[in-house]
Amino acid sequence: MPTALIDGRELELGEHERLNGIEAARRLGIEIPHYCWHPGLSVVGSCRMCLVEVGMRDPKTGQISMLPRLVPACNTPVRDGTVLVTNSEKVQRARAMVEEDLLLRHPIDCPICDKAGECRLQDYHFTYGQEQRRADIRPFTSRRRDVGSEITLFVDRCIMCSRCVRFCREISGTSELLVVQRGAHEEIDVLPDFPLNNKLSGNVVDLCPVGALCDKNFLYRQRVWYLKSHPGVCTGCAIGCSTWIDENQDHVWRIRPRENLAVNRWWICNDGRYDYPHVHSDQRILVPRRRDGEAWTDLSWNGLIRELDSRLRQAGRIGVVLSPFLTVEEAFLLASYARQVDPQAVIVVGHVPVVDEDERFPGGFIIAAEKCPNRRGVEAIASRMMGRVLAWEAFLGEVSSLGLRGLWVSGGYKRPWIDEATVDRLRGLELLIVQDLFPSPLTERADYVLPAAAFPERDGSYVNRNDHLQSVRWAIRPPRGVRPEGSVFWELLGRSGLYDAPGALRELAAEIGYFHLALGTIPEGGVNLKTNLLA
Amino acid sequence: MQTDDQQILWIEEPELGYSGKSYLRLFAEGMTTTIKHLFGPKQTIESPEERYQPPDPLLYRGVHRLNRDEQGRVKCVACFLCATACPAHCIDIVAAESPWPDREKYPESFTIDELRCIFCGMCEEACPVDAIELTSLYDLSGKSREEMIFDKEKLLSVYDQTKDAEPMRSKREPLG
Repeated sequence: MPTALIDGRELELGEHERLNGIEAARRLGIEIPHYCWHPGLSVVGSCRMCLVEVGMRDPKTGQISMLPRLVPACNTPVRDGTVLVTNSEKVQRARAMVEEDLLLRHPIDCPICDKAGECRLQDYHFTYGQEQRRADIRPFTSRRRDVGSEITLFVDRCIMCSRCVRFCREISGTSELLVVQRGAHEEIDVLPDFPLNNKLSGNVVDLCPVGALCDKNFLYRQRVWYLKSHPGVCTGCAIGCSTWIDENQDHVWRIRPRENLAVNRWWICNDGRYDYPHVHSDQRILVPRRRDGEAWTDLSWNGLIRELDSRLRQAGRIGVVLSPFLTVEEAFLLASYARQVDPQAVIVVGHVPVVDEDERFPGGFIIAAEKCPNRRGVEAIASRMMGRVLAWEAFLGEVSSLGLRGLWVSGGYKRPWIDEATVDRLRGLELLIVQDLFPSPLTERADYVLPAAAFPERDGSYVNRNDHLQSVRWAIRPPRGVRPEGSVFWELLGRSGLYDAPGALRELAAEIGYFHLALGTIPEGGVNLKTNLLA
Repeated sequence: MQTDDQQILWIEEPELGYSGKSYLRLFAEGMTTTIKHLFGPKQTIESPEERYQPPDPLLYRGVHRLNRDEQGRVKCVACFLCATACPAHCIDIVAAESPWPDREKYPESFTIDELRCIFCGMCEEACPVDAIELTSLYDLSGKSREEMIFDKEKLLSVYDQTKDAEPMRSKREPLG
């Protein structure tokens, strides 16, 4: 077994593992500071922050010989016998000098910088920097330049780590950003008429270790220390990227990628990143309503569930439409309820919005054409409960022959999804209950309109198109008057207590074989439901 | 703290004698103080006819003001440090890009709930550009709670009112 020696502690490496100094030290819980290195990008070793002492141990005699100079850890492969020293006085002095050099030309405008609070330069300065500033030059002011429709660049804050440049070359493959000038005059820039407008451009803001690249949608909205980050799953497309939902007082301010090597690695696309404004839209349905003749009556949730239950039982022959925006728990509860009311209930997979084709990027990132997070999970439930997958479009074709009297349509669609002509085909129903985010021709026709929860308000799990299941908790509370679908279905089923998503998932896993891997605790990155089937 | 700590000096309470038990001496001492104040110089004032003058208006912690820069614009850069430092959470700021070319960020709205404020002066200490200061005005009143939520204009007008009597405490260079 190859063994490396880091700060006097032994680290056993796997046979074919290729780690650099930073990754190897991290295994032992030792943090080597770095700016330019990122696990998803190529190594340039330009920031010099990760300088360490490196040596080799002779396998026969066990004698250690050290290199006289310091070496960047990011560019040092750790093999059998590699010796790293990350905390000697020499290393600490080198770090302090790098910090001092970076701060020479850095406008120390932290109070008005959006990155303050999560800035590498700030953090490392407090940990590794020296207390006194020796330079007597006054740093530059904040020159600012727009590099794209979403991204702005504060030129003087940049420390030239070139992460953003490498991202645009390697991951998005669009190469908009480049380094101009040389030496102390180096700057990040774009070419005229070729702005940074690709669909992954938002990631350069997360990559930037300082406040040089800022997101115009977030700029000056909130200070980062007010935000609380909740793990989330993007509901923008069928990939289901892992995200951080940054929220303050039930208002989502920012969505960031969450590292998940099985799904999205370190990135998300701009579609998902800027997907949150609909959550706080004033167009949202915020109160349950009932049609009384031509007029609408606003209802409270008190007694409403019992009323819906009795109306559905009166209708007798019913169907439910499981939206692909529902979590699997919610879909399972609604389908179980429908089966309880009418053992012959029709279970339909809701409309799956598809836009154009998959977009693939050179770095391996994919934006799926299917713009919903959970078609796979909902289909698995529908096919088990119904015996076949009845898609929305097929259902519309045979709706007249099914003899339905009541229909529950769950929605959660962020964009308009249904037109008058489609709604006309649903004519003849005695009872139509629609649960959606925004008013649509369908809600106009409904007998009951219930508000739906937006994605940060839901508890539950999504299954992406590669059968990867991820569980999340709610990040913000829904607006007053809105009850998340899960809790509505929970009460419809006559269960007591609060909606218990993990409990519902265990039930689902016990009942439907496809989900059986979700029986245990779901790890942070989720589980692939197909793992065992392949083995 | 341990009872056998070497730093602690334990002393016994002295035994009271006959004169001590009668409290006559203490009574006489107390009355002397009372009578002295009866004939001494008066400490109270007839408010509101007479106004109290704080001994050092620059140290007094009264109503806040928002300072102006040399061009008469609000000096605040909307960094939220005062709002972060505030233990009473009475400062509410909405930041925006500034309309001026030489400045980056400014407060679109800046409100202080003076009823919620505890006048601790932490905001003044936290401010990196000396934009918020506490004045020596102490008799603030209003007819409703809403009236006591001071907005940016009102806070700037406090500055206009007090700038001559209480000059800005320091002249730190502008940020960025």
